[in-house]
Amino acid sequence: MSVAELAKSETTVEPVANRGKRRRFGRTDIWIWAFLTPTVVMYGLYTVYPIVASYWYSFVEWNGFEAEKTWVGLRNYQEVMADPLFWNTFKITIMFMVVTVPVKVISTLLVAVLLNSPKMPFRSLFRTAFFLPVVTTTAIVGVVMQFVFDPASGPVNLLLLKLGIVDEGINFLGDSSSALWTVVGVYTWKWFGITLIYWLAALQTIPDELYEAARIDGASSTDVMRRITLPLLKPFTVIITLLTLESTLKIFDLMLTMTGGGPYYSTEVVEIYIYRWAFAATVPQLGFASAAAVIFGLFVCFVGLFQLIGIRMAKKAGNFS
Amino acid sequence: MSITAKPLTSSSRARRKNRWRPASILRRLPWWIATAVLGIGAALWVYPFLWMVSASLKDPLEVFASGLELIPESAIWENYSRAWNEAQFGKYLLNTLIITAWTVVLVVVRCAMAGYVLGRKNFYGKKIVLGVLIATLFVPTGYTIIPVVDITQKLGLLNSLTGVVIALSGSAHVAAILLYAGYFRGLPRELEEAAVVDGAGFFSVFFRVMMPLANPVTATVTLLTFMATWNAFFLPLVFTFSRPDLRTLSVGMLAFVGENSIDWSGMAAGAVISLLPIVLLFMFLQRYFVEGIAGAVKS
Repeated sequence: MSVAELAKSETTVEPVANRGKRRRFGRTDIWIWAFLTPTVVMYGLYTVYPIVASYWYSFVEWNGFEAEKTWVGLRNYQEVMADPLFWNTFKITIMFMVVTVPVKVISTLLVAVLLNSPKMPFRSLFRTAFFLPVVTTTAIVGVVMQFVFDPASGPVNLLLLKLGIVDEGINFLGDSSSALWTVVGVYTWKWFGITLIYWLAALQTIPDELYEAARIDGASSTDVMRRITLPLLKPFTVIITLLTLESTLKIFDLMLTMTGGGPYYSTEVVEIYIYRWAFAATVPQLGFASAAAVIFGLFVCFVGLFQLIGIRMAKKAGNFS
Repeated sequence: MSITAKPLTSSSRARRKNRWRPASILRRLPWWIATAVLGIGAALWVYPFLWMVSASLKDPLEVFASGLELIPESAIWENYSRAWNEAQFGKYLLNTLIITAWTVVLVVVRCAMAGYVLGRKNFYGKKIVLGVLIATLFVPTGYTIIPVVDITQKLGLLNSLTGVVIALSGSAHVAAILLYAGYFRGLPRELEEAAVVDGAGFFSVFFRVMMPLANPVTATVTLLTFMATWNAFFLPLVFTFSRPDLRTLSVGMLAFVGENSIDWSGMAAGAVISLLPIVLLFMFLQRYFVEGIAGAVKS
């Protein structure tokens, strides 16, 4: 079911008598718009309006929600652009993406291929275990992880000490060189199951007959993987990679609760930067934060466009509806 | 698994006999290695939760003294009463329940109604509505949060549970609308025609005929919205800054460790209280969770 189909759909289920005068605003249209009203009003207020309003806010100086707004033109943009910490957030977001996406997409594919094989023992048990972190509250997990990676008494360091790998506890989250990579690890752990399920769904679209035919022809499992599984997964690979990419933009919950953006801004992603200026500062800089938000929004939009093009290409490439 | 017409019994008996022959063991070896690797992986995946449960039952000093030991010397249930009463996790749980229940109801009703007309009716402006919904599918919270707070403030709903509910159910959930639209579009039109002949109007066709048919979608949307709302953090955090009594579990947790960084067992007990409902729900409705999420990649 694709969106384009939906827009094109000509399914009219009005009674026969009503057909032909569809252009007129009839009683059915009143009902239609009555049904759309909750969505139009709420979505309009809480998603569409904020997108538009962010632009207006980004041109004002505004120190708190009850304060007056004064027009400052492009000054907020100039200041945001001149702030090295702002560019730092993009660097961190991109570093996070570049490492997380391939690691997660490839490792989940390997596990999914194993779990998809009927010969694998305990399949559903494994699937449940890998999926469990997905349903849990990210913010709670983030807080718990602070303790799990504690340098003195956290279980990770206790284990490393016991095995003699290190002599003293590693300050995973307190050291600016390791904090980001620790969050990458926890993020991969937390959302592993979701990509795994995507792959399993994709693998299930490959008919069993293909595997059977290959077996009869005497193909080895590497051949099956190379000649059947991987080519047929190609369109899904694009979609799954893009979905994973898009989800790495939403790491506010985990970052704020695990590191709060620190130490020394080494894990400050864009959303934390916005949060810091708009809500955590003693004098909120809402206009300044809005300018950062607008640039971030454009960046997300760019990623989204990339995504659309990717999906188009994937659809062209294969048997995909 | 489909049953094939092979002489099953004899072949399986032969297989059983062959199982312990060297050749057979060798053939199965890759699978045992794979099982071992996945077993270690799965243990790693579950371990943080086991550690959390274990720490929540330990004496606060024991957590530091023997952090790797998963079985506590004796279960200290007092940690839970401390988290529930003093740390107010009981109150946070109630707030989260209220917010989640209302949000789920509002989202289901709103999205089903919108999905119904978008999937099944033709009207002037449909393409615009769909276009706007699709274009804003992936808008991150960080982008919209400032105007959202501003508008909630102007409506006088900031620092109230109602404000959180309305903001959470108003933003996003485009996927739910599309899910309903796709489902309703696929239903045969005779259904409605029969109801119309019987004299049912637009409203009762929807509520009496279409909604009950859409139960599978409603189950998925309910579950996914429940998960998203229960786990929401950014919005409730910002909305309850000046009202600690309105915090949700996730916000309360952050506040708790901000104030009591040495009470590890209290923290763990709070985490267990926060996660238990959603984990239990997952255990009972696992299939729906998985199907709901797998739907994203299929569509």
